[in-house]
Amino acid sequence: MIHGLVQFAYLIATALFVFALHWMNAPVTARRGVYAGVVAMVIAVAATWAQPEVVHHAWIILAIIAGFVVGVPLSMVPLTAVPQRTALSHAFGGLAAGLVGTAKFYLWYSEGAGNLTTFRMIAIITEIILGYLTFTGSLMAAGKLQEVKWIPQRPVTYPLQNLSNFALLGIAAVVGIALTISPTAPWAPKLFPIIIVLALLFGVLLIIPIGGADMPTVIAILNSYAGLSAVAMGFVLDNKLLITAGALDGSSGLILAVIMCKAMNRSFTNVLFGAFGQVQQKQIGGEQKVYKGETIEGAAQVMEQANLVVIIPGYGMAVAQAQHKVRELYDQLKKRGITVKFAIHPVAGRMPGHMNVLLAEADIPYTDLMEMDDINADMPQCDVALVVGANDVVNPAARYDKSSPIYGMPIIDADKARTIFAIKRSKSPGFAGIDNELYFLDKTWMLFGDAKNVIGELVKQLSGGSGMH
Amino acid sequence: MSIPRKNRMAGLITAVTMAGLLSMGMTAGAAAQAPTEAAGPQSIDYWSLLFVFVLSSFIGLGIIRRVSRLLHTPLMSITNAISAIAVVGSIIVTGADYPTPIRIMGAIALFASMTNIVSGFLITDRMLKMFKTEHKQVEGGHS
Repeated sequence: MIHGLVQFAYLIATALFVFALHWMNAPVTARRGVYAGVVAMVIAVAATWAQPEVVHHAWIILAIIAGFVVGVPLSMVPLTAVPQRTALSHAFGGLAAGLVGTAKFYLWYSEGAGNLTTFRMIAIITEIILGYLTFTGSLMAAGKLQEVKWIPQRPVTYPLQNLSNFALLGIAAVVGIALTISPTAPWAPKLFPIIIVLALLFGVLLIIPIGGADMPTVIAILNSYAGLSAVAMGFVLDNKLLITAGALDGSSGLILAVIMCKAMNRSFTNVLFGAFGQVQQKQIGGEQKVYKGETIEGAAQVMEQANLVVIIPGYGMAVAQAQHKVRELYDQLKKRGITVKFAIHPVAGRMPGHMNVLLAEADIPYTDLMEMDDINADMPQCDVALVVGANDVVNPAARYDKSSPIYGMPIIDADKARTIFAIKRSKSPGFAGIDNELYFLDKTWMLFGDAKNVIGELVKQLSGGSGMH
Repeated sequence: MSIPRKNRMAGLITAVTMAGLLSMGMTAGAAAQAPTEAAGPQSIDYWSLLFVFVLSSFIGLGIIRRVSRLLHTPLMSITNAISAIAVVGSIIVTGADYPTPIRIMGAIALFASMTNIVSGFLITDRMLKMFKTEHKQVEGGHS
């Protein structure tokens, strides 16, 4: 009886999860999706807890309280830290899957070896490999995003990198096959930790060759892995709710990763095993080009004359926390009857949709946030393109320079605007280490300095000029 | 960028139909499983599990493809929270009458999943609250 009720509760929870994601298709209904998700989760937890085999309650209560104690502060991080938080939560997801898989193996090994069927062993091995590699891989990604000191920011590469990584995974697979064939052998509990260690190590090695510009894709892939490890757990525990919810997460990560890859004109394997950072340094050299600087006053004057200003934000805006100043600039320009739009490249920032969230935080209506394909049609009519901390996503070399590592990547056509202003912290090349040709065009003027300060000065100039204060 | 109303309705209907089909599949799976359970603990109907996996992946792909690009960051945080459904497995491992080391692993897993559930849903809602169409007080408030 209770079994039927639990299954029914899981069924309701599954349907609610499907609706939760369905409602995410538009900002108007999206919050309803969150409520549906919460209700589904409460139902799932309550139904599981009510099962007769759950007899020790104290630990469950303690772990849930601890989850709240850590989870609530984690949900209040500044929005610029959302990529790190997301990576960290993938790590937690991977850890949970890995631990449950490990616990179940040792449990069944010591009591009830009949449970260790071939199918279950394959599922357990998949679960722990995916779980633990997601755990360390996501921790590394979070560390890189948080710019933790002892984790190198730049891609780390060494000879035979891919070969040795795959060798590790190969060893893990061989050990896994041995365990699957004879899960009850006396050496099995000793061999099992080897897989854990190899998976943990593989997670680290998978992420160290990846640079910041590839983070959106990598985070999406890790998202997918976290979901798939939950699916594997569902196979181990014979639980369909785990499988459905995990599959929803897995497919979401997959779609996001595909979108990110398309937006960079690269393949999965290229992102994961291509070591993007490698190609860079060689390019620099040749003729020395010079940037043309412009004063704040000059830039403000040009902007005041414009009809259409397109602001192109990038990771630099997040780093400088400049989104609120950008909003002030937006207000100043709007007040003058100037149309202001934001051009959002899919891979701008460090995770999918990063820029949209930051600009929404600054109260900019989402109706003015344009996708790349929509805004590019308007770029020839654009009077001023203001590049705020974006670099590779506006580099025209992507269109024709076959030797460029970003060749073929769709870009925002900033170079088609009548005038381009680019805010840049320093005169060094961007994250991918590529010189940006946009900055050397005749109609491009550089505004050097921290994005927040530069835009603050622009706002001051504009508000002073309009006689408001 | 915004999806026409008609398509949205069609999407909803598809989602409901898909959820219905999925639930029928799950119920059928559960029914098929009942007799085998008596036969012994080790036999699981893994074919029905694989069916559920494949079908729900297709549903996931269909739904996620329609999610607005504006909301990709909240999407990722809500799927984080949803994939913390691992909580279900963790509760059993923590709460059942198992040896202590096993239950410790379960408790850590439960803590990790719970953290994801709490922070995932809270931050998603926090972000979604920020998406607005118009300024509410721009006109009156400034000058």
